[in-house]
Amino acid sequence: MATKTKSTKQESVVLKDYESVIIFTPVLSDEQLKEAVAKYRNLITEAGGELVHEENWGLTKLAYPIQKKSTGFYHIYEFKSATSFVSSLELAFRRDERIMRFLTTSLDKDALIYNQRKRNGEFNQNKNKQQEAAKK
Amino acid sequence: MAKPIGKANPMMVFNTTPDATQRKKYCRFKKNGIKYIDYKDANFLMKFVNDQGKILPRRLTGTSLKYQRKVSEAIKRARHIAVLPFGGDLLK
Repeated sequence: MATKTKSTKQESVVLKDYESVIIFTPVLSDEQLKEAVAKYRNLITEAGGELVHEENWGLTKLAYPIQKKSTGFYHIYEFKSATSFVSSLELAFRRDERIMRFLTTSLDKDALIYNQRKRNGEFNQNKNKQQEAAKK
Repeated sequence: MAKPIGKANPMMVFNTTPDATQRKKYCRFKKNGIKYIDYKDANFLMKFVNDQGKILPRRLTGTSLKYQRKVSEAIKRARHIAVLPFGGDLLK
C-alpha cells in the first residue's frame, strides 16, 4: 500500500528534463565502472525518474588534469525527474570518491530536439550517405 | 563601414587590413538555423576560442548577441567537464 500511494504522489509531480555528465576516475576496473554506472541508473529510476538515454564515451583524455589524472571515464545520463531530485543526486555524486567531476544541466526544448536528432544520427548524414554508397 | 568588394574604391588602397577585403560577417547560428549549442562537442566549440583557449569576441566571429551568450555558456560548461582547456598555449 505504501508504495502505491507513493507512486500516485510522484505522478502528480511535474518531471523536467536533465542531463548529467560524470567523469569517473580512470583507476576503476570495467566491473567497478559498470557497478557505479548501474548505481546511479537505479537511483534515478527509484526516485520516480525516467531514464531517456545513456551514453558512455569510455576512457577519454581530459583537456587538463583533474586530481592529477589525465584521463577519465565519461558517462552521460539523460533523464526526466522531479526538480527536487537533482540536489539529492548531486549530493550522491559529491560523496562518491569514484567521481572526479560532474555537471548536471537542465535541457530546454531546443536541447531535446538536438539530442533526439543526434541519437538518430542525423548529424552524420554525409558519412551515412558514403556508407550507403559503399554498400551499393 | 565595410564597402562592397569589387568596386574601385580609392580608400581601399590605403586600407590594407585584411578585414577590408573580407566579406560581411554573419551569424552562423541564425544562417544555419542552429538553436542549441552542444557543450560536449569540443571540435565545434574550438571555432569560438583562440589558440590560448580564450573565447573570441563577437566582433571577430560575427555571432549575434543571442547566440554569443549561448556559445560562452557552452564553452564554460565544456571547460568544467574537461572537454576544453581553461588556458594554455599551442592549443591548435
